[in-house]
Amino acid sequence: MSARAQRQAARLAATAGRLATLTLPAQPLWAAGARAAALQRLGAMGLPEKRDEYWRYTDPERLTAPETRPAEVFRITDERPMYEGIDRLRLVFVDGVFDPAQSDPVEGQGIEITRLAASGEIHWARDLYGTLEAAGQQPVARPLAALNSALATDGALIRVTGVVQRPVSLIYRRASGTADVSLHHVLRLEPGADLTLLENGPVGARSSIVIEADLAEGAVLHHVRTMGRDHQRKAITHLFARLGARARLKSFTMSMNGRLVRNEAMIWLAGEGGSAHLAGAALGDGVFHHDDTVFITHEAPRCESRQVFKKVLRDGAVGVFQGKILVHREAQLTDGYQISQSLLLDENSQFLAKPELEIYADDVKCSHGSTSGEIDPTQMFYLRARGIPEDEAKRLLVLAFLAEALAEIERADIAEDMHLRLRRWLDKRR
Amino acid sequence: MLNIQNLHVKLADEDKQILKGLSLQIAAGSVHAIMGPNGSGKSTLSYVLAGREGYEVTEGSATLEGEDLLAMEPEERAAHGLFLAFQYPVEIPGVGNMTFLRTALNAQKKARGEAEVSSGDFLKLVRAKAKDLKIDAEMLKRPVNVGFSGGEKKRNEILQMAMLEPRMCILDETDSGLDVDAMKLVSDGVNALRDAGRSFLVITHYQRLLDHIRPDVVHIMAAGRIVRTGGPELALEVEHNGYADILAEVAAEAQAGAQA
Repeated sequence: MSARAQRQAARLAATAGRLATLTLPAQPLWAAGARAAALQRLGAMGLPEKRDEYWRYTDPERLTAPETRPAEVFRITDERPMYEGIDRLRLVFVDGVFDPAQSDPVEGQGIEITRLAASGEIHWARDLYGTLEAAGQQPVARPLAALNSALATDGALIRVTGVVQRPVSLIYRRASGTADVSLHHVLRLEPGADLTLLENGPVGARSSIVIEADLAEGAVLHHVRTMGRDHQRKAITHLFARLGARARLKSFTMSMNGRLVRNEAMIWLAGEGGSAHLAGAALGDGVFHHDDTVFITHEAPRCESRQVFKKVLRDGAVGVFQGKILVHREAQLTDGYQISQSLLLDENSQFLAKPELEIYADDVKCSHGSTSGEIDPTQMFYLRARGIPEDEAKRLLVLAFLAEALAEIERADIAEDMHLRLRRWLDKRR
Repeated sequence: MLNIQNLHVKLADEDKQILKGLSLQIAAGSVHAIMGPNGSGKSTLSYVLAGREGYEVTEGSATLEGEDLLAMEPEERAAHGLFLAFQYPVEIPGVGNMTFLRTALNAQKKARGEAEVSSGDFLKLVRAKAKDLKIDAEMLKRPVNVGFSGGEKKRNEILQMAMLEPRMCILDETDSGLDVDAMKLVSDGVNALRDAGRSFLVITHYQRLLDHIRPDVVHIMAAGRIVRTGGPELALEVEHNGYADILAEVAAEAQAGAQA
């Protein structure tokens, strides 16, 4: 047996040992088949290891270990409330369980929401739950997403049939320090539907969140995720989205602090004229390790994709970006853009980037770039020469660095909220 | 206003002396011009006065209204009324021109203990001043100097000067890269700011700019020092004969001095 085969056998044995200890949630009944299938997928590929090609820069050990260290309980007052003054439909999850008492009544024109736990025997999400995740295992395995499909205890199942003005706001709270939380949300946007989805709040001591989003022709999904003040965060997220013709997706994530965060996105532009924008702004210091892993597949002609990821790192923080644009032979006239940049505020911080293009169509426009640098001393001097003190000048330049990513937030009120938060983070770290 | 005595400056991380005993006094309300060949240290003088890193003052002093400029941070110098119009204005993507101007104005006011300008008053002020310099609303909205032509960048410098109302203005080769019309516009902007309480130091290669901004005193700089001082006619002399004649004279004088 080759060394490689031996390693894989050892991995599968270890994974099988882990899986034997797991009990699949009983609810909902309609998902039992999908959960069993996910478990089987996971058993066949095994849990991720540091030697895997897409885990070289981020050690999965803390995400895959059987137990996780408890985190401090997070009080609501530990973080300034987000999106105050923005009318939204709040869905609150406490330690991974939907809490109707803290949530708004689920109602609205053109939108239908149920929770994953307790959604009966028959449900529209049955055809979707686990399917995009399963499809997303090729060409790069995402074992932790399969684990999530098998184990997720709760989540929001959202079907949108019209243009919904009021954003759906998923709010996470951590009441106990030991929770290992898995949430799985499923979104189905019917033709022409339009939804803004917000996510914020600390989840568990360790958490895994999967979103599967199916966007029909002409549907629009605007997703804004905030990973705010949770210094102990260990989190992995997966966004799987399939876009029909002329569908549009914008997903923006702001991460500040946390120990280990990996945000994966797997997007298929499956219909002509679709558009997918993935963006992230991450700021961290100290033990902060932040990883964005994005895979965009152009399957149809005339689609546009954009990846804009910016990281501000200091005091030993590590940033990782792995981004790929795959253009199928049929996807002529693809317009693909990818930029990943880091601003290193000191010499101890590190940025690792792996940009990839794989193109089989001959008439495409694809560009990618990755840079790592410090604050430009010439710009700094120019601002100071106009009377702007050093701290303020630095803050302006950091915000300027993040501007291209922040520009992917469409709603002005949400963008303003992000700006305030960023400014506060920078003010605390002068 | 500005008093520079025997200023010696070298590059911080290189053993290269650039200014070698430069002295200069500018009275309130007057306009001085400095001309000189490339490499004479003109731009270094402007950067050292504004507080740019990378230079080391080894001897001498520079004061603004009696206060030690060299001991101040760049932002403190600005708040004390020093303004440098850059030869190469810096592009800052992601920072809007308006935000930049307002942040700068209010930071200076705050440093001086004055009340900040409200956004309404600021808008009125900036629109009025921008109009005089033919800077349109679109340019004000764009990121600082990004995508600006050479002339637009220089006009933007003068707009900043007009907004910040400094006491001591240093113009570092503001005429470089300007066509005739832009030069006129920029000069008009500068002339509009001439005032009994405000002084100017105009650094230039060419006499051309001095047709528009008429100086009271003209200095010729060479090898890190001021070697000749005179009236506006000195600039005309340079225009006609180049620097060679003056430099030769200076060298001859130095030799004569050494022999005596």
